Amino acid sequence: MSTTVHMLWGVKDIRVLNSSSTLSSTMATISPLLSVKPTRGLVDEKIQIIVRNVPPRFPVTLHSLFHSEDKDYWEAFGHYTSDNRGTVTGTAHASVGGTYEGTEPMGLLWSMHPAPGSRTGLRLRKMNVLTPMVVHISVYSGHVTEGFSKQSPLATVDIERWYLAPGVRRIDIRDEEVKGTLFIPPGPGPFPGVLDLWGGGGGLVEYRSALLASHGFVSMALEYISTEKNRASNLHIKYFEKAFRIVQEHPLVMKDSVALFGLSLGTSITLHMAAYSKAVSPRCCVCVSGSHVQPINSPFKDVSEKFQENRHKIRFDEEGGVIWKDIMLPIPTDPGLKVDMGRIKCPVILIVGEDDQNLAAVESAEDLTQMMRAAGNEHLLTTFRYPGAGHLIEPPYTPHVRASKFMVHQTGEKVTMLWGGYPKPHASAQEDSWEKILRFLQQHLYPSQDSVPKAKL
Amino acid sequence: MTERAPSPLLLIHPSRGLIDEKFSVIVQHLPPFIEITLHALIHSDDGDLWEAFGHYVSDATGLVNVDSNASLGGTYDGLEPMGLLWSMRPVPGSRLGLRLRKKEVNTPVVVTISVYRGHMGQGFNEQTALASVVAERWYMAPGVRRLDITEAGVTGTLFLPSGPGPFPALLDLWGGGGGLVEYRSALLASHGFASLALEYMTPRTSGDSTSHVGNEYFEAAFTLLKQHPQVCGDRIAIVGLSFGASVALGMAVYSTVIQPRCLVCVSCSHVQPVKGSLSDVFADISKYVHNINTRYDEENRVIWRDLLLPIPTDPTKKVDMGKLPCPVLLIVGEDDQNWPATESAEDMKQMMEKAGNSHLLTTLSYPGTGHLIEPPYSPHVRVSNFMMTQTRQKILVLWGGDTAPHSHAQEDSWKKTITFLEEHLYRTTSVTSQSQL
Repeated sequence: MSTTVHMLWGVKDIRVLNSSSTLSSTMATISPLLSVKPTRGLVDEKIQIIVRNVPPRFPVTLHSLFHSEDKDYWEAFGHYTSDNRGTVTGTAHASVGGTYEGTEPMGLLWSMHPAPGSRTGLRLRKMNVLTPMVVHISVYSGHVTEGFSKQSPLATVDIERWYLAPGVRRIDIRDEEVKGTLFIPPGPGPFPGVLDLWGGGGGLVEYRSALLASHGFVSMALEYISTEKNRASNLHIKYFEKAFRIVQEHPLVMKDSVALFGLSLGTSITLHMAAYSKAVSPRCCVCVSGSHVQPINSPFKDVSEKFQENRHKIRFDEEGGVIWKDIMLPIPTDPGLKVDMGRIKCPVILIVGEDDQNLAAVESAEDLTQMMRAAGNEHLLTTFRYPGAGHLIEPPYTPHVRASKFMVHQTGEKVTMLWGGYPKPHASAQEDSWEKILRFLQQHLYPSQDSVPKAKL
Repeated sequence: MTERAPSPLLLIHPSRGLIDEKFSVIVQHLPPFIEITLHALIHSDDGDLWEAFGHYVSDATGLVNVDSNASLGGTYDGLEPMGLLWSMRPVPGSRLGLRLRKKEVNTPVVVTISVYRGHMGQGFNEQTALASVVAERWYMAPGVRRLDITEAGVTGTLFLPSGPGPFPALLDLWGGGGGLVEYRSALLASHGFASLALEYMTPRTSGDSTSHVGNEYFEAAFTLLKQHPQVCGDRIAIVGLSFGASVALGMAVYSTVIQPRCLVCVSCSHVQPVKGSLSDVFADISKYVHNINTRYDEENRVIWRDLLLPIPTDPTKKVDMGKLPCPVLLIVGEDDQNWPATESAEDMKQMMEKAGNSHLLTTLSYPGTGHLIEPPYSPHVRVSNFMMTQTRQKILVLWGGDTAPHSHAQEDSWKKTITFLEEHLYRTTSVTSQSQL
């Protein structure tokens, strides 16, 4: 980066100009001590940032910088004042301004936004999970709000954020029909399994599965909506059943401990399979930002078809962001238009962002809960609703975006999709829901002690 | 077909840590109250296998947590969260006299941690583990830069912390074993110090296979650091172990070029002929090494600690500690069988008290601790192979120390070393207190 070279020259010039006798008194270029732990962590691991050796009661700015795979710069910053000992501690001190405020130890990660001058409509997604995200954490003198690249920080530490723990194996799945990526934890197994379904954006998105495998689950990320022009999407239930069986039949997977994990359209597919599939039976289901509203006798509608059919219901926000949540409203009363929730026989955890602008998640949650109550299987449902959270509830500590560019595949239209949510509540929702999801999966996928009295290790 | 029971869930956090960072090891979803063995395995760069293991019993919820459960036996026992690393030793059947040292610091030490059923003491490779994970242990933090140094006649490796700098710096001197040992410098750079690991005991650094380097060589290394654009020239310290520490003491007292801000001297002695160069020091030591007074223990391993004893009263035979101008942190293993560290430390203290500069001295003395006091959580060896630099003879040297106390000493002394270095190299003094950042 050219600014680094510039800074090195700057330091050398100062040393040349000053005579050696005054060098120590102007040796103001001594660096404060900045430590970030762990230096190499998983994406869902917390970091501990400590700045020491600045003057007492001194204003500083903590700054994070990330250069994405798409070559965009993302940054966040918080304004602090050191305490009487010249220390700033991320877990104990409050940011008084910046991209986040308050005592937010992870704020430098979740509040990141594209640097000024960036392209619009960006979303931060790591596509290559074999390498880490490298984030530069710096401390600057004073309360800085812009022009970070033109100033020299007092100190910088690089940290790595990984989706993949050491030892996790990544395997391409390319059988005649199914396209996905399987992630297997290290060790002899056997392990519980997860079929991981993203939403209508399509493509093969691996990072959540990589992270699940880092937590001890065999997880397969499945591609079912292709982003390539010459490859058809496959939205037939048989495709998902086949994918589920690939996970279930893997020699390192416990056949009776396979879950479905869906987000958005992935949730619709999850609920449909849990209710209607005769071929597969998930042990439990994770349903994030999704709905049970869908016609049950036809293949899942690609979101772009829905878009076409319901153009009149689409709204726009002040910035031209597309709001799709009304497309499925009002929630139909016709049973043929929504999954019969009474048929579900396994535990379900439902994650709902109350500010979801893409899908009527709140209304769907209320309706499906009533259906289960009426059918007598409500005890299977656990719902977590998060005020101020939007549609894209993902693993924690990665930036929230309220809107981003979205390609409607069938028409080739690129729109700016309004997902909803506000940075702080959405970040809290991601942190809390991820912990609850992992606990839910562990609870239901590892047999309890009483249910396997004869099992010998 | 009966369903295989699930693999218990074994989680290490962090899964990628620095060598001196603690980790937590937690096993869940075990049946309650069963015996298990936690096992750690390293396949070293030299191709040897090192292992450690601890015996545990799961609690009522099927959990084992090394932070709160004690090991009941194995290569370590008691409440020892890091025992799986520091108690490692070569697996049965290995070559003798091994020492675990990472040569390639750009890659991590890869440790496989496994859970086995029952309390096992051997035959780990013949059993299938219940669960197994991989942890990486790094000497280098991300962003630390490694630079080969071959200028001004100096051979070494410079490690720079990430960031713009400038940084306080360290001259890092190992002992009589020679070669270019980088890992401590890589780790020190990961703590914010520019650190130059210096090669000085290998024949090629002097250009002559029989003589050793002179004082000018160390002065050149120090000057190189002082002039480096990313180093604060007036904030340089020397960290030395064994012979390297002795060199550091001599230089700090007698060299007009080398003016360290402070010294860290591990397992050292101030006993050396002071008028001569390093070559003279070596000639002297060689005389002793080959004489009949060298002791051997019952297993024919060399004990060198007597060679410098008794501590001479003749001032030409030891560094004049009363003239030491800077703070020194002395780290002493009370079971050091290689150098008379305890006796030397006592004599140094007396010299400094007499001269009135003992306020500069801080001594950390550890019982049950041997000569090789290194960064924490890597295996302790009481004995290892040693190559005599001049004669190329291979012998087995007794370093001393018992594993548990030695490992605790490494953990404690390293922490105190970093604090000491930060105190003297990073804290602003009254001179610079008005400086603007």
